[in-house]
Amino acid sequence: MKWLHKDLLDVTQLSKSEAMSLFDTAAHFQEINQRPVKKVPTLKGRSVVLFFAEPSTRTKVSFDVAAKRLSADSFSLSKSMSSLTKGETLKDTVLTLQAMSPDCIVMRHWSSGASRFIADRLDCAVINAGDGRHAHPTQALLDSFTMFQEWGDLAGKTVLILGDIKHSRVARSNVILLNKLGVKVRLCAPRTLLPHTVRSWPCEVYSDLSEAVKGVNAVMCLRLQLERQKDGLLPDLREYAQTYGLGQRHIDLADKDVRIMHPGPMNRGVEISSELADCAQSLVLDQVANGVSMRMALLFLYMTRKGMEEE
Amino acid sequence: MAKKKVDLIVRRAFLKGREVDVHIANGEIAEIRDTETEFDPGKAEVQDAYGLTMLPSMIDVHVHLREPGYEYKEDVQSGLRAAAWGGFGAVMCMANTKPVNDVATTTELMLEKAREHWPDGPRLYPIGALTKGLQGEELAPMAELAKAGCEAFSNDGVPVKNTDLFRRAMEYASDWGKPVIDHCEDPYMAVGSGANEGVVSDRLGLHGQPDVAEALQVARDILLAEYLDMHIHLAHVSCRRSADLIRFAKARGVKVTAETAPHYLILTEDYLEEPETQYSSFAKVNPPLRTEDDRQAMIEALEDGTIDILATDHAPHAEHEKEVEFDIAPCGISGLDTAFATTWALVQEGVLSEETFNRAWVTGPAEIFGFEYNRFNVGDPADFFLFDPEEEWVVGADTMHSKGKNTPLRGRTLKGRVKTHFLRGKKIV
Ligand SMILES: [Zn+2]
Repeated sequence: MKWLHKDLLDVTQLSKSEAMSLFDTAAHFQEINQRPVKKVPTLKGRSVVLFFAEPSTRTKVSFDVAAKRLSADSFSLSKSMSSLTKGETLKDTVLTLQAMSPDCIVMRHWSSGASRFIADRLDCAVINAGDGRHAHPTQALLDSFTMFQEWGDLAGKTVLILGDIKHSRVARSNVILLNKLGVKVRLCAPRTLLPHTVRSWPCEVYSDLSEAVKGVNAVMCLRLQLERQKDGLLPDLREYAQTYGLGQRHIDLADKDVRIMHPGPMNRGVEISSELADCAQSLVLDQVANGVSMRMALLFLYMTRKGMEEE
Repeated sequence: MAKKKVDLIVRRAFLKGREVDVHIANGEIAEIRDTETEFDPGKAEVQDAYGLTMLPSMIDVHVHLREPGYEYKEDVQSGLRAAAWGGFGAVMCMANTKPVNDVATTTELMLEKAREHWPDGPRLYPIGALTKGLQGEELAPMAELAKAGCEAFSNDGVPVKNTDLFRRAMEYASDWGKPVIDHCEDPYMAVGSGANEGVVSDRLGLHGQPDVAEALQVARDILLAEYLDMHIHLAHVSCRRSADLIRFAKARGVKVTAETAPHYLILTEDYLEEPETQYSSFAKVNPPLRTEDDRQAMIEALEDGTIDILATDHAPHAEHEKEVEFDIAPCGISGLDTAFATTWALVQEGVLSEETFNRAWVTGPAEIFGFEYNRFNVGDPADFFLFDPEEEWVVGADTMHSKGKNTPLRGRTLKGRVKTHFLRGKKIV
């Protein structure tokens, strides 16, 4: 397969068939991840920079493991390590990185559009590992991949995304990708945690969780940033947990094979009850495992793109 | 009465649709006559204007010249130069300099810089702060500022949160006969702006400023102006909700005047989502670029007189300040270089009438703020510029005179280029 994109900035760039071929590639790497020796020489001699201007242990480790299993050299540049704290601009950081000629930069950044900003200025591949409230394409891909592994075809399934949609790049990317894959998407949150124009999104919108959860095939919980109370968006965590926290009584209203998902890290007892987080229907740990496989697939395709063109 | 000695003749200029010779004596319009074939200039200087169109110098009541304090973005000299080449014979500069223009010495410094660099250049009319340091806590010494040369008062950039204090500021300013200009923005609702709250900001994940944050304060100001029976001028109106309120207020006889800026007539929030310009900080401006419906509303409101005038809200920034993440880029568009060509194009396209154009840039601002202007009557100041209506130019660092090259129009081809500009009969560029 020939991979045409230079960068992965958002799932809007991907067609359904491209997403499906990413699932195939990820499934291939999933098999490698189950071997006793989980390392292949595919990307030997190539280098990935992990540039995390916003802290995120999970995503960073996931990319790091993915790179190492493909034998790529990975280098970390965190906000505290880089000159960002000394007032250097993102542009200068990018030019510095460019000078080290990496094959791929994986970036997490607190500002929406930051991945686009660096992709415009770099020759190498840029993979957006989350930019502000905008997009988190690799998370959406691993979420869909996880569902794909459970169900096969996703068309006709109904998925509820529950929680702080307004500030969530995970929700934004999932809404777009799930729609491309034929999934019916529902959203549920208090009005203060929904985007102002959410009615124009291709989703059904609910404020009552008991209504929202009826018959759904999966519930995707989002992490609640605990400072939303201070932002004036919530009265308090207790009321949030009682009204929008996912519990067994909600699950009883869903499809009997309902799956429970969460991008992590979880606030147990806030957006999800601790029992549900650990129950048999929970896919939380599958998401983590599939995250590595999906990121191996992405690194492979984006980092060998040039090589393929040369061939 | 003896005829004044003509010292300048502009030959074969297009003025209001006909080719004329304009005779100028002592800095004033002496005579306008159809182009003569037999021509003896006598001792007068001759400016050949064949193929060029003549318009009265425009007035921009809302610019940020950045001096003192931020001369690397713009200074009085570079700002006035951009004004002159932009067709402007007078500019009013806002008080958010460093230090803030809230004491006479700052006003005097601005005026001194203008005089020193360019005594015959575009006139500079400083706007004093309404409150000390633009802090919104204590009134600025407006009597002193008015005496030093401030022609209006405004907290532009930092709206006064305290409505009672704002009322007192309006009252106090009225004693000196100077208008108050308000930057309308509910400061609680408008936090973290630069993008309109709407489908685009929701999709892009940008903090959005709702249009109602502007309209709320427009409503407040209208109610205050009516209650106090005082004039208020509303800066850079950007949305239909505000226009509707102003129309309503004018129908009630409230003494409210308003401006909008060229970018609200030609651009929308969609700019931030277009493939080539996604997240471009050049389009980060406060108030933000709004929807297509708002753009249409601005055109209608300008055309029907609800919005009286245009102003650039010229906000120059250095390249490195804008070339950063959208969230931390400063708001503002550099507007002096492009205002004329973009709005003249609207006249050519039939979107705005020529009368509206003239009111928006010349008669309106002059009447609201009490400046003289050129109507091309005998005795009027010979303030005019000549432009080539056919000349195309590409907006870019090399074609702009302002130090601030920050405009979403970068790379666009505009039609209509100022070739020369005269103030009081003196060629300034
Ligand atoms: Zn303003």
